[in-house]
Amino acid sequence: MAQEENKLQFDDVSVTLRGERLIENLSLTVGPGEITTVMGPSGSGKSTLLAFACGTLDPAFTEKGRVILNGIDVTHLPPEERRMGILFQDDLLFPHLSVGENLAFGLPRGLSSDERRARIEAALADADMETFAERDPATLSGGQRARIALLRTLAAEPRALLLDEPFSKLDARLRERFRRFVFQHATEQSLPTLLVTHDPADAAAAGGSVIEIGPTVASGISEGGAHLPQDQSHGGLTPQVE
Amino acid sequence: MLRWIPALTLTLFLAPVAAGLIGTLLPSVGLMPVLGGTTLTLAAWRELAEWPGIGTSIRLSLTTGLAATAISLIIVFACCATCHGTRLFGTLRRLISPLLSVPHVAVAIGFAYLISPSGWIVRTISPWATGWDLPPDLATAPDQYGLTYIAALVVKEVPFLLLMTIAALGQTRAAETLSVSRSLGYGPATAWLKTVLPLVYPQIRLPVLAVLAFSTSAVDVALILAPSNPPPLAPLVLRWFNDPDLTRHFLAAAGASLQLAVVIVAVAIWYLLERVVVRAGRRWATGGDRGRWGGIGRRTSIGATTIVIFMGFMSLHGMAIWSLARRWRYPDVLPSEWTLGNWARQADSLAWPVWTTVSVGVAAALIALALVLGCLENEKRYGLQPTTRMLWLLYTPLLVPQVAFLFGGQVLLSWVGFAGTWPALVWSHLLFVLPYIFLSLTDPFRKLDERYIRSALCLGASPTRTFWQVKMPMLLRPVLVSLAVGFAVSVSQYLPTVFAGGGRYVTLTTEAVTLAAGADRRVVGVYVFLQAALPFVAFVIALGLPAWLYRDRRALRVAP
Repeated sequence: MAQEENKLQFDDVSVTLRGERLIENLSLTVGPGEITTVMGPSGSGKSTLLAFACGTLDPAFTEKGRVILNGIDVTHLPPEERRMGILFQDDLLFPHLSVGENLAFGLPRGLSSDERRARIEAALADADMETFAERDPATLSGGQRARIALLRTLAAEPRALLLDEPFSKLDARLRERFRRFVFQHATEQSLPTLLVTHDPADAAAAGGSVIEIGPTVASGISEGGAHLPQDQSHGGLTPQVE
Repeated sequence: MLRWIPALTLTLFLAPVAAGLIGTLLPSVGLMPVLGGTTLTLAAWRELAEWPGIGTSIRLSLTTGLAATAISLIIVFACCATCHGTRLFGTLRRLISPLLSVPHVAVAIGFAYLISPSGWIVRTISPWATGWDLPPDLATAPDQYGLTYIAALVVKEVPFLLLMTIAALGQTRAAETLSVSRSLGYGPATAWLKTVLPLVYPQIRLPVLAVLAFSTSAVDVALILAPSNPPPLAPLVLRWFNDPDLTRHFLAAAGASLQLAVVIVAVAIWYLLERVVVRAGRRWATGGDRGRWGGIGRRTSIGATTIVIFMGFMSLHGMAIWSLARRWRYPDVLPSEWTLGNWARQADSLAWPVWTTVSVGVAAALIALALVLGCLENEKRYGLQPTTRMLWLLYTPLLVPQVAFLFGGQVLLSWVGFAGTWPALVWSHLLFVLPYIFLSLTDPFRKLDERYIRSALCLGASPTRTFWQVKMPMLLRPVLVSLAVGFAVSVSQYLPTVFAGGGRYVTLTTEAVTLAAGADRRVVGVYVFLQAALPFVAFVIALGLPAWLYRDRRALRVAP
């Protein structure tokens, strides 16, 4: 499939937890290299949306609707076959593996060992961390860990990138730099990117369309419920905030 | 396949208990076709009621069990109340943890020797302080009232209850609660007893009941330390089971059923005691007494805990020294001549029991680990909520007295031609190993950050690969520790080995119990020391291996 066709679509998605609606009839399309931001207060179901996209939603949730990646319905595929790259608030580097091994964990199967080594070296160079392959991830700085986490995600050759507030735990200066690092990679690789955040600065930096979810007074939906105004619930490409 | 593991586990685990109970109850009312019992009769119960001294036996079981549990719990709470949050608390905990892995039998035998008239304690103060040039003619172990028996149970149960309490403290907001009460003017110990204890007790109630059930129905420790004429009910029942006159089996079955009733009565009494304490405690807690009497209370409870730890260690050290003694005359504090000969002479006869002990222990621990991991992984993948009822099921083999279902279990095993085999032995140990492995592994397993797993899956790793390459390596230490716990539990099993082994398999524990009755102290020392050393080695491996493998992985290193 050609790079240009990279596209992440949500089709009429609803998620319920014990009778409480977290996400209601959400439809949304993110095109190649686009960064769409989902905003909302904590507990509004932002992370739930990403878990739904990855297929790692806790079985306690009830879900409806489809996720379509590059024209393929992946809703019923197990997470490991969806090729959705995800980045969390914490870097979640595996503590028992070295930096290089963490990157290797992400690489697809079937590559020759030379190719694997080359890709790991390229990734380390990309992070300005050429000599770090053998290092214990616990000894890295916050910024280094964050970059390795992104490169590990990209090593798996994802078709879309999901960002679950990955900047929120970094300090202001680092946040700015890492944000640029992530967005630059996403655009270069033409990945449709969905960013979840409660920080308006993230949304502004992303420069794509912004969707608000979570309780809104006007709609009269009870606390904790999610709501999308009508004009936003179809064709998420309608630009809202620039 | 994963979906079937919980059902399989429960079948392997609870079916034998239920079947064993039935297999005990039926013969008690005369139904045991193998021995010609085909008609319903209460003859066995009548014989039981008329057995000389049966009343004393029952009373002894109840009083020793309740006393041992209550004393252990008081020491534990006193220690926590006065030391919680201090550096000393950490020290006590580290000292007490190794005692947890020591088999009951080892503690009991070591303790009996320690306080015997020619034991270490008397030797250190004789003859200069006591004037005893010869060992005094006192019956210390066993004594008439079961005091040594109670003391040995306390030495063994305090470490267990203390560690369970510490685990429970970690799950409650103990530190915050404590600082709130302290800021209201309460002394530290009073604050702990008035506000933290009520949070902790419900969490450790099941372990407390397990301790109570064990103390009320213990066989191995009782054989070594309890009064023997008449003995508590459980060893009496075992005596009947072992009687060459097979018709005694009906009496034994009735006795085993009675033992179950005795445990139920003990639990009922405990519930009443809880009520009384809660009512009095509520009045005390709301009465305003700030109790800044910490000093004396603190010294007393630290003293009591130290004595318990000291007794535990001295019991084992005494046995280690006996195993190396050539000449150790009264009243010398240490042997005058040392030798490795005791070990060399026992080497041949040790080989077989050691092999049985290790192979059964390793097999039972590995099978239990596989089942527990299967259950936990199943729970995670299908989002099942663990329930309290589940926990009660797990505790069943620890709450039902062993004599009450192991006999019936043996009857069933013989019936399917399985008795006295190695797999039967492993399976009988599994019943007791499984709950402990579950208890020790559940928390670390459930606490592992689920997002590591999600990250791995989203990187394209299959659930199986994620399990082996992410989950297991990250949980290596708790997994190995739980294996060591399981192994230690297996090593300490006496009654299951006697019943399921059908007399064909001997372990270090069964040998030690047999030898304790009258063999040379130096020989007993060899067995007891080895019996205590095996679980210890297992723990050293369980803690050492991950530390070595992850020496360059700071996040997986445990804070010292």
